[in-house]
Amino acid sequence: MNSSIKNALTFSTVEPSGGLRAAMDKGRAEIIAEVRASGIRGRGGAGFPTSVKWNLAAAAKSDRKFVVCNADEGEPGTFKDRVILSEYAGLVFDGMTIAAYAIGATTGILYLRAEYTYLREHLEKVLAERRAKGLLGQGVCGKDDFELDIQIRMGAGAYICGEETALIESMEGQRGEPRNRPPFPVDTGFTGRPTAVNNVETLAWVACIFARGADWFKSVGTGKSAGLKLFSVSGDCKAPGVYEFPMGITVASLLEAVGGQDAKAVQIGGASGYCVPAGEFTRTIAYEDIATGGSIIVIGRERDMLKVAENFMEFFADESCGQCTPCRLGNGKLLEGIHLLQQGRCSMQYLRELCSLGETMQLASKCGLGQSSPNALLSIVKHFQSEIMGRIPAAAAAARE
Amino acid sequence: MSDCKEEPRAPRSTWISQVKTPADAGAIGATVTANIDGQDVKVPMGTTILEAAVKLGIRIPTLCNHADLCVAGVCRVCVVDVEGQRTLQVACAYPIAQPIKVRTHTAKVRNARRHVIDLILSDHYGECYCCARNNNCELQSLAKEYGVDFYRFGHPDKAKYEVDRSSYAVLRDMNKCVLCRRCVRTCIDLQEVGVLEVAHRSHKSKVETFMDKPLGEVICINCGQCINRCPTGALRANDPTYEVWAAIDDPTKHVVIQTAPSPRSAIGECFGLPPGTPMTYQMNTALRYCGFDKVFDTNFTADLTILEEGTELLLRLKKALVDGDKSVKLPQFTSCSPGWVKYIEHFHPDMLDHLSTAKSPQQMFGTLIKTYYAKLNNIDPANIVSVAVMPCSAKKFECNRPEMTSSGYKDVDFGLTCRETAQMISEAGIHLPDIPKSDFDDPFGTATGSGVIFGATGGVMESALRTVIELVTGKKVEQFYDHADIVPIRGFDGVRYAEIQIPDVGPVPDLLKRYFNDWNWLKGATVKVGVCHGTANAKRVLENIRAGGKFAECHFIEFMACPGGCLGGGGQPIPTSPEIRKARANAIYSEDSAYKVRKSHDNPAIWDIYNKFLTDGPCGHISHKLLHTHYTARGKYIIVV
Repeated sequence: MNSSIKNALTFSTVEPSGGLRAAMDKGRAEIIAEVRASGIRGRGGAGFPTSVKWNLAAAAKSDRKFVVCNADEGEPGTFKDRVILSEYAGLVFDGMTIAAYAIGATTGILYLRAEYTYLREHLEKVLAERRAKGLLGQGVCGKDDFELDIQIRMGAGAYICGEETALIESMEGQRGEPRNRPPFPVDTGFTGRPTAVNNVETLAWVACIFARGADWFKSVGTGKSAGLKLFSVSGDCKAPGVYEFPMGITVASLLEAVGGQDAKAVQIGGASGYCVPAGEFTRTIAYEDIATGGSIIVIGRERDMLKVAENFMEFFADESCGQCTPCRLGNGKLLEGIHLLQQGRCSMQYLRELCSLGETMQLASKCGLGQSSPNALLSIVKHFQSEIMGRIPAAAAAARE
Repeated sequence: MSDCKEEPRAPRSTWISQVKTPADAGAIGATVTANIDGQDVKVPMGTTILEAAVKLGIRIPTLCNHADLCVAGVCRVCVVDVEGQRTLQVACAYPIAQPIKVRTHTAKVRNARRHVIDLILSDHYGECYCCARNNNCELQSLAKEYGVDFYRFGHPDKAKYEVDRSSYAVLRDMNKCVLCRRCVRTCIDLQEVGVLEVAHRSHKSKVETFMDKPLGEVICINCGQCINRCPTGALRANDPTYEVWAAIDDPTKHVVIQTAPSPRSAIGECFGLPPGTPMTYQMNTALRYCGFDKVFDTNFTADLTILEEGTELLLRLKKALVDGDKSVKLPQFTSCSPGWVKYIEHFHPDMLDHLSTAKSPQQMFGTLIKTYYAKLNNIDPANIVSVAVMPCSAKKFECNRPEMTSSGYKDVDFGLTCRETAQMISEAGIHLPDIPKSDFDDPFGTATGSGVIFGATGGVMESALRTVIELVTGKKVEQFYDHADIVPIRGFDGVRYAEIQIPDVGPVPDLLKRYFNDWNWLKGATVKVGVCHGTANAKRVLENIRAGGKFAECHFIEFMACPGGCLGGGGQPIPTSPEIRKARANAIYSEDSAYKVRKSHDNPAIWDIYNKFLTDGPCGHISHKLLHTHYTARGKYIIVV
């Protein structure tokens, strides 16, 4: 058992290829209907209903279609996909196979982030076993009309390639940069053909849904956020690691489970997520309240919130692909602003200007990176204004002492 | 018209930028209603918001968008508010697939646009006063349009990058670059040369050549199309006006200038006139006023090119068809466009034998000025400074080729673009539209309509055909084509193909008797010709030839590096668009119609020079020494020592 797993995961109780065989007994439309009934939404963080994505890809007309598993787990503070891929790869490939059958794809591609290269050997072994067992290739699970092979493509270390259209560009051998949307990948994806891009965890849950039934999944969680979810918990808590909780869990109960009750704040959703202050720990983690891909970073009492903001902004100022103006230059300006705050040289007026710029970035950036990169700073400014304003320049502070 | 026109284009940015009608949006040809700022407009499914707004006369500002290029959607200046969408959408890249409601200037939109402009300015180093694009800069206009009165997010106080002055043609100042990627799209998609690409990421993003080598050391063909599409002063031509003024101000120098046909139809744009206003004779007066001692018409050597290139073609045909010489390469390619010449030298060096050995009109003229003209007027060629007004940036490289010294001197000393010429004229205090007209100087004064149409794509071919048809059939072209307008090869299709029948032949003219006894071997022949413009289309044609397609059967093909031919050259006024180029072409063709003499071989000055100077005729020994050249197989891999 992987030592980073902290509570009992449903994945370890589901028999590999059980869900797949159950799904193969159904028709294509039935599969999508079952996924819709389960209410599952994308586990990567954006929360797009999986059944809608598959429906669009299934309806698109093309000579070839693709299923892509997005294993470019790059969000700071997220490591649950790594655990899934090393422990439950079979479920992921089950999910990919079900997706491929549902939309009519003949090729599946797992896009693996460069930092997970060490997992490739293991994954290739799992794929080879599946080919040997007839779970891949011509006539998957004895279905003559269904052919599928799954290949692995490696990323090269860019955060932006987790964005699905940048991921597709990268797979095509281009510079990893997001495309204009629309058209969406379900219509015009890899090599211009319909492509369903799903997160590792989403696909693993799909396999579980077919093993246990849509009703089982739907019965957990909240109305709009069905099912269970894995969380990557890190930071100032007693037991960091991977946890499984039902969707809709409050921040407070999550913190209790991980031993981080006296936190000052929690960063939910990684660097691009929101910073939730202690006063709002009664809020729930669900698509209707605070959506997340599963990254939970606990921020302890002694942490400097400006340092936290600086850490995240440095990341974005480096990882922006540089394509669109708001993200290319905006992140740098926000980082500069944090430096000004640290030196006590940022006026209220300029801070307001920076917050307004952050809102423009959220509205006008080309992809999710620039649209979400100001989130952390904006929420820290909102909740911790008194902490971050009025800093005394280090030199002046030293002189005073 | 051509069998290679339909092939897929653009290797790179099409995927990233395509605007496509979703397959499930309904039948092709379906229309959809968009409501923009309260006004309804019916547009075909897949129309972008920007296109729909243009239809309604609603202005949405743009920066990275360009009429000639595929969509990028990167600058985010054209953001608009689409009802039901969480974020703002870019008008240039958003295809309308269902009825939508758009607001183009809500507070959110205005605020976002202003922020985008402020951000670009915070990374744009340089002073407007000392910029080649002052008063013709899209960023400057945007700043004005959005009322920028201070640098909200600061302004760089020092340069990040060194200015790249290594190329004879294009000067790159990446400190002024706004990363709109128009140059990248021009180089990769429009021209398919692929010298420029974005390197690095985030705020370190920079448009670079391979390994960030200087532009003069990579496979740039100097076409300058990137300059014409750059919204700011990041790209400009290498400007020699300082040296030209110095020559004019030097009393010991005899400074002559030749003017190509294309700048005349465009230079008015630099003085606020609409595109397609011919300024030929006003420009002559202005150049004399600037201090040039003589103003010549490049059309003269355009006519000469036709005689030389046409004779070369007939010689090649005879060798191939009559003598059965297998070493003769057909089709013959034109060699007037220096961008095209460098393109084939880099990308298809094994096909150089197809290129006509005739120099371009600019270089022929340069040689004649320092030989024939110098002798005629008893001027020491060492004291002649020869300047050329060209629509072209590649001409700057061409005149610096080491082989272009057949007069014993540098044949052409300086190549000026149309923009630089306008700059000199305004520096001399002249408002071009206001001054009287005057003619060109002798002894090359008389020109023909054939020379003029060299400026438009298909023009060289049309001129050559007018001459070859008459020399071979002994009949007037007008008997075959109304008003001698060979319409089948005109227009703006990227690749064009035509067949010309030679039903009957006439006597061999005196000029060509040294080579041919009769034309009987051409009787009943079909001359197959091709025309293409833009190196992307040139690539199509060359690939077609390699594959043994239709163009392999051709006898003569005109290639121009720039879209539209010379009138769309990299030295022409900015901006450019298909409409502007069309207007310039109309000006050129109407000027041709107005000429009394419209065929190169009818130009009396041409007969004069063959009688007095190039006495052994076209492609003779003297002309070979002075008017023909050779090429260098450069290949794609530049070894820099």
